[in-house]
Amino acid sequence: MSGPASDIAMGVRDGSRSAVTVLEDYLARIDAREPRIHAFNVVLADEARHRAADIDALVANGADPGPLAGVPVALKDNMCTRGVPTTCSSKILEGWRPPYDATVVRRLSEAGAVVVGKTNLDEFAMGSSTENSAFGPTRNPHDPTRVPGGSSGGSAAAVAAGFVAVSLGSDTGGSIRQPAALCGVVGVKPSYGAVSRYGLVAFASSLDQIGPFANTVADAALVLQVIAGHDPADSTSIPQPAADLSDVLTEGVEGVRVGRIVDLPSGADPDVDERLEAALETLQTAGAKIVDVEVPAFTYGLTAYYLIAPAEASSNLARYDGVRYGLRVDATETNAMYAATRAEGFGDEVKRRIMLGTYALSAGYYDAYYGKALKVRRLIADDFERAYQHADVLLTPTSPTVAFPIGERTDNPFAMYLCDTYTIPTNLAGHPAVSVPFGTGAGRLPVGVQVLAPMLAEPMMFRVAAELERAVTS
Amino acid sequence: MSTDGWELVIGLEVHVELDTRTKLFSASPNRFGDEPNTNIDPVTLGLPGALPVLNRHAVELAMRIGLALNCDIRPSSFHRKNYFYPDMPKAYQISQYDEPLNVDGWLALPDGTRIGIERAHLEEDTGKSTHVGGSGGRLHGSDYSLIDFNRAGVPLVEIVSRPDLRTSEQSRQYVTELRGILLAVGASDAKMEQGSMRVDANVSVRRPGDPLGTRCEIKNLNSVRSVGRAIEYEAARQITMVEAGDTVRQETRHWDEGDGTTHTLRTKEDADDYRYFLEPDLVLLAPEDEWIDRLRSELPALPAERRAALSEVTGKATDSEAVIVVTERGQDSYVLAVGEAGGDPARALIHVKEAFAAFGDEPAVPAQDLAALTRMESAGALTPTQAKAVLAEMVAHSGGDPEKIAADKGFEAMDTLALETLVDHVIKDNQASWETYCAGQDKAIGALIGAAMKASRGQADGKAVTAVLRTRRSTA
Repeated sequence: MSGPASDIAMGVRDGSRSAVTVLEDYLARIDAREPRIHAFNVVLADEARHRAADIDALVANGADPGPLAGVPVALKDNMCTRGVPTTCSSKILEGWRPPYDATVVRRLSEAGAVVVGKTNLDEFAMGSSTENSAFGPTRNPHDPTRVPGGSSGGSAAAVAAGFVAVSLGSDTGGSIRQPAALCGVVGVKPSYGAVSRYGLVAFASSLDQIGPFANTVADAALVLQVIAGHDPADSTSIPQPAADLSDVLTEGVEGVRVGRIVDLPSGADPDVDERLEAALETLQTAGAKIVDVEVPAFTYGLTAYYLIAPAEASSNLARYDGVRYGLRVDATETNAMYAATRAEGFGDEVKRRIMLGTYALSAGYYDAYYGKALKVRRLIADDFERAYQHADVLLTPTSPTVAFPIGERTDNPFAMYLCDTYTIPTNLAGHPAVSVPFGTGAGRLPVGVQVLAPMLAEPMMFRVAAELERAVTS
Repeated sequence: MSTDGWELVIGLEVHVELDTRTKLFSASPNRFGDEPNTNIDPVTLGLPGALPVLNRHAVELAMRIGLALNCDIRPSSFHRKNYFYPDMPKAYQISQYDEPLNVDGWLALPDGTRIGIERAHLEEDTGKSTHVGGSGGRLHGSDYSLIDFNRAGVPLVEIVSRPDLRTSEQSRQYVTELRGILLAVGASDAKMEQGSMRVDANVSVRRPGDPLGTRCEIKNLNSVRSVGRAIEYEAARQITMVEAGDTVRQETRHWDEGDGTTHTLRTKEDADDYRYFLEPDLVLLAPEDEWIDRLRSELPALPAERRAALSEVTGKATDSEAVIVVTERGQDSYVLAVGEAGGDPARALIHVKEAFAAFGDEPAVPAQDLAALTRMESAGALTPTQAKAVLAEMVAHSGGDPEKIAADKGFEAMDTLALETLVDHVIKDNQASWETYCAGQDKAIGALIGAAMKASRGQADGKAVTAVLRTRRSTA
């Protein structure tokens, strides 16, 4: 491996390492394993080589390319990249090249990062295994017969396989944290509004949030600081600068109150539960205080989510109508063209959620479904608020299981939805959360532990995450 | 068919395009008449990943409209109205739904009747489709369609009246008055023929005192005149149906300017379920009190207030044609200026109404020149015919000294003795008319006046001639 992103950037900035050489290391690994893993929808080797050479030239000329100088990154293929296909792993967007960069892409670029490719995902980020891709599944680098999790499975696998140093994913109900856990890397879902959504192809706008994957907590913090901060192009962006995370990682957890949710929905495998207990013990040993808290509405998160997210998705995905861009299947009149285009362009899971969401918003059903789900969402936020009066962070498993075999859950959507039981409530509340690798479970597969924190409490969340990481690596 | 014994109940929904520099949610220019699909960007086209950012100036103009219509400005939100149409790039329109910015206002017609305003809310416009081939510009059956997205995302305010209007004339007045208000507050150029002001009418009929009848919504009203015509046609259609024992179906109807009829566009059963929900890409819009207060204090004088001022100095009724027309043209302040320059405001009002129809709100004739002219008229130094000729000269030269113009033209008012002599000649030369007139046939005076005017080559004052003739008859 080429070491952490922070080391790469430091070396490139001070001229002791060449961005081109660093990149070639990564490209060599892609050449060797990508055909088996299929993390990428597109590898931009030539563009990346040019970019790396430019970075080296900047340094040679005495300029500072920025805090991610020469760091190879991958982008989930639902983030707009100017002139580069952005597909959302859907046939309906195949061939579409955005005329603009997402804010996060621009910020990475301005920080000196080198974009290596765009990664595979469940179509429009709907799924938990990266099997719902029009371009075929991504495989877990730890065991290629298993899924990498999803929907940001390509970005998680790309970091786990050493194809890039860091990557970006998007998390609507766990789509960063769950694949991070299954692939054994760090994955962060920032506070809603901390990172601009401008240029992120929307799945469920009130829940979507972009965040980093990295091999270390420090790298995740480094990337988050680059991409976070107010963006006037996103009205839901929080009007304040990114939190400073550089000093918190070494602060330790002395006196930090860590909550254990006593009424957490059951269903995690014993090997996963065992790792959560071990994590709690680790933190206690490090000086944290373990407290029991109740979050009664946590258990309703999944059902509320599967009304709210599809409802928003049904509206967000209505624009793929064949009129202006992407796939068009011709027909004799307009409505028939819409229907033929959408029937051909969308996969089953996307269609399922569009139908579910359309139904939930329909006249006569709104109050019973979407309206009630919004009330549950409020209850969850209230319950979290009460819990955070007693705890600074909460600890849960990230995923109920380790990585499962490819194909195991594709015919059972509900079993697939259960993957996100522990991650969804955070999105509904808008809070930040991080999945940190914490040893292995069955089959020596990675297990992640999730640290949940209140709104904008990323500094405290990273403190605790760093402590867990120290326990594993020491 | 007669509307006797029937009452019309009319509510108007008026969409106005706001006169902003850029669109409601993006930085593309808001400009009419540009090359198609040039004022576009990722937000306008609804490209994946694009997000709306609310235009502060649009909010300000919407608030000015609300304040001018005596509305309460409330904390408000935006919703998505979901439906598929090729010129709707996102397949949803961002609009205000159950929490509009302006609520509960009123608009006073020139005679003082208050028409309730239910709401005036912000929303984005759609693109514009042109259907080529097939039957008459409709999507159905056309060969192909072209879409211009320049209009997509243009800020609109939809002003919804309460069903307080009772006649087509009131409806015309409402639209005219509203247009005057929109122009006065600078919110829109409000051009119905260009579509920057679009009116839909909800029309129903009932027997006075009965509950409301079933309403039909009439679309495609492109002028104040068509608003009146369409309402009259539609009311007559509904009355004929009800009198024949049929029931009116709730539906949306299209006004055909060509044949002067309305016909079904879609029935209630075909109505889309718009699946409104809170727009998650925007935050709540709650203008702070200081902002509202500042806009209130900056509000210009509105047409009703200006008509009242004009009425007061001219002595003409607030709903007289001259007061309404001159205020509409924005020439009311000019009339007041003539008064301030020592002129006769009532005479000035009539001159401005008749002679300055083709001129903008600030006629080129200096107010003091027109004031001097009206003083000459008041003093009896000019007959109305002469005054018109002098004014035409002043208009042609952007002003001038009326006394000099009158002198150059050889105008001098006839004195009373000369006038009486003239009238006596006329009586002698037109004995037949005179005798008819004396026999009580008042109409015969017309021939005598005409003869007097002719004999004086227009220098005689018609009113003065009439007065002399009357005196002569009473003493005959």
